[in-house]
Amino acid sequence: MASGESRLRVKTEGNVTRVEFVDRNILDEGNIQQIGDEILRLIDEQDHPKLLISFANVEHLSSAALGTLITINTKIRAKDGQLRLTDIDPQIYEVFVITKLNKLFQIHETTDEAMASFK
Amino acid sequence: MTENQPSAQSVSHRLLNDPDRIRAVQDQLLAQAEEIGFGKSAAFALRLALEEAIRNAFLHGLKNAKDKPVDVSWTISPDRVTIVVNDHGPGFDPGDIPDPTAPENLERPCGRGLLLMRAYMSSVEYNDAGNTVTMRYEPGDD
Repeated sequence: MASGESRLRVKTEGNVTRVEFVDRNILDEGNIQQIGDEILRLIDEQDHPKLLISFANVEHLSSAALGTLITINTKIRAKDGQLRLTDIDPQIYEVFVITKLNKLFQIHETTDEAMASFK
Repeated sequence: MTENQPSAQSVSHRLLNDPDRIRAVQDQLLAQAEEIGFGKSAAFALRLALEEAIRNAFLHGLKNAKDKPVDVSWTISPDRVTIVVNDHGPGFDPGDIPDPTAPENLERPCGRGLLLMRAYMSSVEYNDAGNTVTMRYEPGDD
């Protein structure tokens, strides 16, 4: 897996940055580190970041990926921004429920719902 | 690879902390699971638990030492998968791991691997030394 290529697809819609993952599996340390670094750079570029992360392509994720999401959430909150997660496969959503992170993150079923929820 | 029973396959690997190699080993288990008839939810559970156990072994057991190996073995049959991961490190007490679902720990970025292993496997047991975990998966638990 080439480490120089972006692991994200990024689009800007109004003042919202929409991120999708290139990889179906967000499991191993190297990938997760790269994904985290790329998203944290996007957050750094904005004063009050509004970030939507879509899991539409994702089939597996690990606790390391959850840790990175928590770090992203913490950084966005520190900048008075907003984070939304969307399009999460039911099997992966179960991971959020088991870890109770569905209570920490704002999770929406669809991108449209998530986009409409930004304040 | 040894086969003691016609329907059971036993595999063992000695791994260094190489993501490509770890992924290949996970893929081998998943391919065997599919071949033997396990479904999508079993594949999800096995991949996640194996990933978490190997990551814990390298990260916590061996403190990410590049030159120290982790031994991974499994036996798979239609009614059970038993996975053993041994990091040969100093070990730990699973009882010392704080509950990551407690409100005060919810925003900690680590500490969820063992929780997920326990959630997705039928049983998860550590040896007395705390450096070998044995996970069993029985597909009837789906």
